[in-house]
Amino acid sequence: MSVLLVAEHDNSKLKPFTLNAITAASKIDGDVHVLVAGANCENVTKEVASVPLVKKVLWCDSPNYQNYLPENLAPLVTKTAEKYDHVVASANTFGKNFMPRVAAALDISQVSDIIKVSSPDTFIRPIYAGNAFATVKSNDKKKCVTIRPTSFDPAEKTGGSAQVDKIEAVDVPNTSKFIKREETKSERPELGTARIVVSGGRGLESGENFKLITDIADKLNAAVGASRAAVDAGYISNDHQVGQTGKVVVPDLYIAVGISGAIQHLAGMKESKIIVAINKDGEAPIFSVADYGLEADLFKALPEFLAELNKLNTIQK
Amino acid sequence: MKILVAVKRVIDYNVQIRVKEDGSGVHTDNVKMSTNPPDDNAVEESVKLKESGKVKEVVAISIGEDKAQETIRKALAVGADKGIHVKADNYIEPLGIAKILKKIVEKEKPDMVFLGKQAIDDDCNQTGQMLAAMLNWPQATFTSKVNLKEKSVEIVREIDEGLETIEVNLPAVVSCDLRLNEPRFASLPNIMKAKKKPMEQINAKDLGIDLNNRIQQIKVEEPPKRKAGIKVANVAELVSKLKNEAKVL
Repeated sequence: MSVLLVAEHDNSKLKPFTLNAITAASKIDGDVHVLVAGANCENVTKEVASVPLVKKVLWCDSPNYQNYLPENLAPLVTKTAEKYDHVVASANTFGKNFMPRVAAALDISQVSDIIKVSSPDTFIRPIYAGNAFATVKSNDKKKCVTIRPTSFDPAEKTGGSAQVDKIEAVDVPNTSKFIKREETKSERPELGTARIVVSGGRGLESGENFKLITDIADKLNAAVGASRAAVDAGYISNDHQVGQTGKVVVPDLYIAVGISGAIQHLAGMKESKIIVAINKDGEAPIFSVADYGLEADLFKALPEFLAELNKLNTIQK
Repeated sequence: MKILVAVKRVIDYNVQIRVKEDGSGVHTDNVKMSTNPPDDNAVEESVKLKESGKVKEVVAISIGEDKAQETIRKALAVGADKGIHVKADNYIEPLGIAKILKKIVEKEKPDMVFLGKQAIDDDCNQTGQMLAAMLNWPQATFTSKVNLKEKSVEIVREIDEGLETIEVNLPAVVSCDLRLNEPRFASLPNIMKAKKKPMEQINAKDLGIDLNNRIQQIKVEEPPKRKAGIKVANVAELVSKLKNEAKVL
């Protein structure tokens, strides 16, 4: 039986994490169907149809789905799910918002944030901020699953030509209204998919000092992250937060500067391939997960680091 | 207006959890427990709305073993008016918790249900959304700002891309983010007073709901450990290691 995946997009382009979710879905069942619900989102359906792992695209176009309000989206997903054994989406603020509504409507106990598919009904998921991994088996007939995107490789984008079927919109309750979205625009790579992430914590002491972080990030073509403490203190906006309740990142190189390494922050970055910690407190817990630790005053170390990087000519763009 | 605020008792966020050797779960004996952090934000916001005069009554509810009453008392000590303890000795999945909350909502008839966006133990992030769906109510998740109006509530939500503003009709479910407010500490006199506030007790199994878990926990294990790293002496050595040893530059 097939798996239904709900695509995340902005009505003109597919969001990259949907590709990771497609890979995960294909490990549950090879017959992956993708629901693209939005307003004037034909381009997205074309993008999805060209993903070789996708066998069919279901396209539902209506102004009601333009802003993915969960009150509107969930009934459509619930109805479409009738013919499927699995309903899956990314475990980010998109999937987390609507999927439990679908699960509740279908009387299903949802499996959240899986990092591995062991079999079509058995999954591994982190609990306690990633300090334990639970292997869980869903005994529901149908399964609702959200997928941690960074734990799966993105699917190949081109070469496929899946059939696109139009489906009817369903009634919406008209109980919620979208007002506005304030997105942080940046020339830098996206935090969730960047090869290198440079993160700052409370040690930066101010928002202005974050320039020391962004200078290095720009030199390395890296994304900028932050600890919750730095976001709470107003040094940087919430979309930069890495951690248990922020974003989970798995870059090749993660550089933590002035971050002590609370359990909640480690949950968001400790799967990174190489971790560097720069902190003046030699006892800071961040050093326990760092491959390379530098015990130093960041206000001296960061300008030196930038100068050293400027001497290199091998930095990948 | 009336708010029902749901709180969960969890292992304290500062505790380094230990996985049991037999793979059955994590150690909870003699481990410090406290209120799930974003639930504290939910209580704080409810009490603030009461103080502003827009809300008349705040009812705090917790589901779990007898000690869950401590978590309710804490909410009462910072300003909730009444507690409801739904006694349940075994772990109940978010689906079951949402079903219990629905029963209580039908009885208490609140205008809003506030709760944390996620519990830091099972990290499910489901209960609020499930409850909203079961009640056929709108929801606001990851809330970092609340502007309560007469028949609706305007909410700023934290999303991956930044911030989103929505307006949902009442009644509604609001799941709270950590940046919504700064939870207050209870004063000693208020802790004493909280002991006299009413606390209703209900047995989960008397509610006539199927609370059998659908997800079977096969095993819990420690995640793979990272290899111990090294300390470098200076920036030059760091860059050299990153370039020549780790080969990431």
